[in-house]
Amino acid sequence: MSSLLDFEKPIAELEGKVKELRHLANGSDLDLDEEIARLEGRAAKLLSQTYAKLTAWQKAQVARHPDRPHLKDYVELLVEDFTPLAGDRCFGEDPAIVGGLGRLRGRAVLLLGHEKGAETEDRVRHNFGMARPEGYRKAARLMRLAERFRLPVVSLVDTPGAHPGVRAEERGQAEAVARSIETGLSLTVPFVAVVVGEGGSGGAIALAAADRVLMLEHAIYSVISPEGCAAILWRDAAQAPTAAEALKLTGQDLLHHGLVDEIVEEPLGGAHRGRGTTINRVGDAIERHLAALAGLDGGELRRQRRDKYLQMGRA
Amino acid sequence: MNWLTSYVRPKFQALVRSSSKADVPENLWRQCPSCERMVFYRDLEANQKVCPHCDHHMRVGPDHRFNALFDASAFEAIDLPKAPADPLKFRDLKRYADRFKEAQAKTKTLDAIEAAHGLIGGLPAVVACMNFEFMGGSMGAGLGEGFVTAARAAVERRAAFVVVTASGGARMQEGAISLMQMARTTIAVDEVKEAGLPYVVLLTDPTTGGVTASFAMLGDVHVAEPGAMIGFAGARVIEQTIREKLPEGFQRAEYLLEHGMVDMVVHRFDLPATLARILGLLMHDRPRSAPPEPVLQLPAPEPAVAEDADG
Repeated sequence: MSSLLDFEKPIAELEGKVKELRHLANGSDLDLDEEIARLEGRAAKLLSQTYAKLTAWQKAQVARHPDRPHLKDYVELLVEDFTPLAGDRCFGEDPAIVGGLGRLRGRAVLLLGHEKGAETEDRVRHNFGMARPEGYRKAARLMRLAERFRLPVVSLVDTPGAHPGVRAEERGQAEAVARSIETGLSLTVPFVAVVVGEGGSGGAIALAAADRVLMLEHAIYSVISPEGCAAILWRDAAQAPTAAEALKLTGQDLLHHGLVDEIVEEPLGGAHRGRGTTINRVGDAIERHLAALAGLDGGELRRQRRDKYLQMGRA
Repeated sequence: MNWLTSYVRPKFQALVRSSSKADVPENLWRQCPSCERMVFYRDLEANQKVCPHCDHHMRVGPDHRFNALFDASAFEAIDLPKAPADPLKFRDLKRYADRFKEAQAKTKTLDAIEAAHGLIGGLPAVVACMNFEFMGGSMGAGLGEGFVTAARAAVERRAAFVVVTASGGARMQEGAISLMQMARTTIAVDEVKEAGLPYVVLLTDPTTGGVTASFAMLGDVHVAEPGAMIGFAGARVIEQTIREKLPEGFQRAEYLLEHGMVDMVVHRFDLPATLARILGLLMHDRPRSAPPEPVLQLPAPEPAVAEDADG
């Protein structure tokens, strides 16, 4: 593992010791099997204990883990014939949002999602998943394309939020986000969104005004980052863990408040410890929801989607 | 600025309606936040809170807007439902429940939005106005509920829907519930549009964050007050996170006009006439006594495949 979260260090230490013993045992007659098994057991137990009661702040860190599967990984494992489509037809192409046509478990879909990027250079190219107006306008354009060809829309949400910048403001960042939300809500084709990492505010809901919104077990979805909230309400960004708790931003919280529809379980130790398993589980869930929504009349689909959102915030 | 206090004759108080439900301030002089010159309170009120020296448009609340925008200041308030308070039991340095109650006591309203119906240029209109005095006009479930109620009142009355924005954005203390109000208010806007009715947004100082990124930017027509700060990300956030130098007049109404985000920047004095003209043209001067059904055959809402979402 290339990146370790603070609270994972004791687990990593145990895992390191196991590795060392294995190395020792290999080159000698020493029988360390029992000791190795004991340490492995302890590491596994510690891992499951830690992940069973992650705090909101720890979940935020897991949700942002650099080794967590990103859009590209999902595409690679789940989508056949992926055909990326670029550009907003107004100004430019924004690599922070990737979209295109493809086949998900045999079903032709329009896939959309934020891409944070993997290595440093890649991350910069994708602007860390923070889209500019072009990204949201491309998303809206592709949603309209899906509508025209009766393709279901699948989106994977993973963004710190919309890009805050002078040029983005000049080109109508707010309008682009608003329009993307409006377009999603107006679709008469099925729309399934999965928050796979970080669901950062307006930039997230721009791709998630869907019939079914799922969240990975350790994903977060929030109106503001814990750091930003702490800086404003506590006047101290160091209070981020407290803010994370108060914001009720975990999948479990959102499910409890009726804001999302389902939680997709992650492998023990988080998506970054079982990337393939995670991706397949997300694929299963999307497939199941698309199958369930496929039979509904378009107008009815939109009516139900609207009703769902109109209820949010009512007692 | 509080160096001079004096006595306000009662008839002046009756003459000039207070801009908010808060008490008329004791001090008779106000300092203009823009040119910093002192303005006699009565003059300021008579001038619709526009600085007589530098023309700066100071913030005004729903009472002022309703009086100013409706024909002959005649309007009827629309009862807005009460939303569940403090769904997350949020607490920062202070309890949200307490902040909320304080705001209610200060403004004598339920939440950061009020609505009324009446006539504008002789045409039926529902005006929903945000109140920046109420927790910075922030959008939570209460505001969302109020917005939906006002929009539906417009549809029921076959009235134009005019929204006056003034907001710091989403109400953080309601977490993701406040975020979802972006979708909820957007649906309400689309109900108005699908009914073939005009949805006009009057953007006033300040309009930012999740409010700008939802219903505030989805109007058929966008009218902004001079100098109003309108944007998505806060100027300070942009400066800090991106380390970009902010251009002159950044995120001001005139700057948005230049960048194609609003249709016009209109002086406060000219708002009633401008709105009346816009509504008159969009509603084809439908007379006051028109039957409930529109005289004109409006295009059918189906299929509303984001016809107006060309980005």
